[in-house]
Parts: sequence; C-alpha cells; structure tokens
Amino acid sequence: MSHDSSPSPPDRRALIVFAWLWVGAPLCYGLYELVQKATQLFSG
Amino acid sequence: MSPPVAPPGWSRWLVPPAALSVHLSIGQAYAWSVFKPPLESALGLSGTQSALPFQLAIVMLGLSAAFGGTLVERNGPRWAMTVALVCFSSGFLIAALGAATEQYWLIVFGYGFVGGTGLGIGYISPVSTLIKWFPDRPGMATGIAIMGFGGGALIASPWSAQMLKSFGSDSSGIALAFLVHGLTYAVFMTLGVLLVRVPRGEKPAASGPSALDGVQVSARNAVRTPQFWCLWVILCMNVTAGIGILEKAAPMITDFFGDTSTPVSVSAAAGFVALLSAANMAGRIGWSSTSDLIGRKNIYRVYLGVGALMYALIAWLGDSSKPLFILAALVILSFYGGGFATIPAYLKDLFGTYQVGAIHGRLLTAWSTAGVLGPLIVNWIADHQEAAGRHGSSLYTLSFLIMIGLLAVGFVANEFVRPVHARHHIPAPREAADVARQQPESA
Repeated sequence: MSHDSSPSPPDRRALIVFAWLWVGAPLCYGLYELVQKATQLFSG
Repeated sequence: MSPPVAPPGWSRWLVPPAALSVHLSIGQAYAWSVFKPPLESALGLSGTQSALPFQLAIVMLGLSAAFGGTLVERNGPRWAMTVALVCFSSGFLIAALGAATEQYWLIVFGYGFVGGTGLGIGYISPVSTLIKWFPDRPGMATGIAIMGFGGGALIASPWSAQMLKSFGSDSSGIALAFLVHGLTYAVFMTLGVLLVRVPRGEKPAASGPSALDGVQVSARNAVRTPQFWCLWVILCMNVTAGIGILEKAAPMITDFFGDTSTPVSVSAAAGFVALLSAANMAGRIGWSSTSDLIGRKNIYRVYLGVGALMYALIAWLGDSSKPLFILAALVILSFYGGGFATIPAYLKDLFGTYQVGAIHGRLLTAWSTAGVLGPLIVNWIADHQEAAGRHGSSLYTLSFLIMIGLLAVGFVANEFVRPVHARHHIPAPREAADVARQQPESA
C-alpha cells in the first residue's frame, strides 16, 4: 500500500473571504450611495 | 519581474478580487468632475481648463493600453499592476503638490499624464490572466473586472465629495484630498499586486476547454486581420451610442420633458444619471456572463440590434412616455457596459489567449475615438437645433437617428466576423518543432 507523501495544499478559504470583503465593502458603500441618489428620480 | 505562477491549490476565485482592486481604483477617473468646481474657484480656472487633467488621463489611457499591451503580456500581471499602482498613486501625489503650490500644470501632468498611464496599464493588466483562469467562463471573468471600472466612480464620487467637505475646497484642502486619494489607492491596489497569479501549466478549471487550446494569434498579426477591425468598428459604434446618452443625461432628460405637464427637476435628473450608472455596471457583469451561454456574436447582435430599436423607440415616442424613455435609456446603457465587458472574451474566441491583453489594448483606441465622437454628435446637434429655435425632445431626435445608423454599421460589422484565417495563426509548439526539423532536410 502506497501513501501520498506530498503535503496537501493549504486551505485558502479565509484568504478568499478577506479578498472579496476587501473589494466588496467599498463597492457596497458605492452602491448604497447610488441607490440613495437614484431614488430622487421617483421622489424629486 | 517574472510572472507569478500559482502554487498548487491556489484558488482561481482569488484572481477576480485582485483584478477588482485595480479596476475599482482606476475607475475613479470617471469621478473627476467632483474636483472641478473646487479647482475652478481655488485656482481661478475655466470649465474647459479644469477638465484638462481628465481629458489627458483618458488620452493616456488609450495610448498606454495600445502601446504598453505587449509589455504587459511579456512581464505578466504583477508587473502591470505594480506599474499601474505606482503611476496612478504618484499621479495623485504630484497633483497634491501642484494643488499645495498652486501650480496647475503639475495637477495636469500628475493626474493626467502619470496617472493616465496607470489607467491604461491597469485596465488591461488582469484581462489575459482572468481569461486563462476562467477558460470556461471568460465573459463572466472579464465582466467582473470591467464592472469594477464602472464601480470605481460610484465609490470615488461620494467619497471624494465627503473628503472635500471635511478638508475644505481651497487649494490646501484639495491638496490634502489628493494626498489621501494617492495613499489610499496605493494600499487598496496592493492587494491585487500580492494576490495575482498566472495559472500553472495544467488546466485551471476542472472541466471545460483549456485556455491554451485552439487558435493563437500574436498582437502584431491580429491588427492585420479584418476581424480586428470589425471588432474595432463594433466597439466604437456601441460606445458612441451609449456615451451619447451618458455624457448629456441630466440636461437631456430635463430638455426632453421640459414642455410636458410633468417636467423633470434637477434632483430627479441626478437620480436618472445614477440609475444609468447602475445599468451600465449591471450590463457589464450581466450581459458579459450571458455571452458565455449564447455566444459572443449573438450577444453583440442584441447590443447593436436591440440598441438601435431602443433608440428608434425613444425617437418615435418623443416626450409622450417618461417611463418608456427611462426604460429604453437604461437598456441602451446596459448594452454600453456589456459591450465593453464582452469584447475581451470576443478577442479570446478569435485570437486565443496568447497575446489577448495586448490585442485588447490596441482595440481600446476605438474607445478613445468614441469618447470624442459620441459627445460631439449629441452636443453639436443639440446646439444647432436650439439655435434653429427648436426645444424639448426635438433637440435630440436627429442625434438619435444618427445613433441608429451607427449601431446599424456596427451590426453589419459583427455579421462580417469570421474565424481568423490559418495564415495568421502562430504554430503550436509541436508544429513549430516539426517545421524546424523539416527545414534542414528540405534545404
């Protein structure tokens, strides 16, 4: 019986979450401001 | 700098945020207008003068993307993102020095020339890498990045305005705002530099075609093909049609319904502009991802064909229906964004991934042309119609008819797109070795 001696690749889920939050947070801020302004079309 | 190769187990889902960190930053360019009124009052500039840094930045975007594309392909995405970071951030720092010393030429040089170079290199930096990581969904992958360019202005516009409010709108306040922008964008873009990796030799996706399969055409050969120029015409016409509305959206909707019983207020017009930005951004990711399902040629048939129908609808309805006017404008703007985001995947289909970033850079000259053409058509015609005593929706009817004609030209160009002839292909490594072996024998 043979064993695979190569180490398993590191779990990168935390890095993926961090990277998407890094770009997602400012994008959400921009979208929030956009929605605030867009509603003026219907209320202004 | 050698291209950073992904270690085993590197997730391809780390590449889109790397691309987004660059595109969300450089997309700030479209929020330049926030700085115009403070600069005009602090340095005594005219409106034309205060637009100079932005205009030079857009010219430099086109030039650096066109001429720097081959370097980007040769040195890899990390090099390109580093250059983009250094240029874009130092452009702001030079502009800060210019504002602090009240030397306007330094602002033009810093933001326009140095920063603009960063825009072009940054814009094309992740394209080829994303396509290689997502050979099964190239439209979606490039759509995410190019959506970021649209999103950059959404973030920067309120952020910069808030900063000017806090620091003041005099020259020292503007200088401080430029300084904070430069430093913040440097930190934000660093994520992209650190995260970006090119895939190892194996297929990055578990299933689907490999990015290295099929036709491969060099950038030098690509510009000699009719396919490249067909795509150039398609992009130019699609962008011209969209930018014609985008550039004049607020005065257009106000003029359009000015003679009706329900005129549009200034704040409602601002809301309309915001809604168009949302459609532009949604089109980048939505339509580009759809192109992975229905094919690139078909999606451009939709952009150009349905886009022309939307313009016809607006021209036909005039000021009789505000909801339909808004709906048609939103659809046109979503096609405008979609056209930008889908073009890299169309290039990949025709020319392969070998130098797709460099080819994309050369194609962006169509954007620069459209950036001049679209506003010129709409503004020139509106001014002449006004001088002729016209008002309301009739100021724009002729412009819309011209846009329909331009979109029809793009539609026809799309129909002419065929696979690239084999004489333009670069030989596959095995074929090249066979040719090299046969040459001494046949000599």
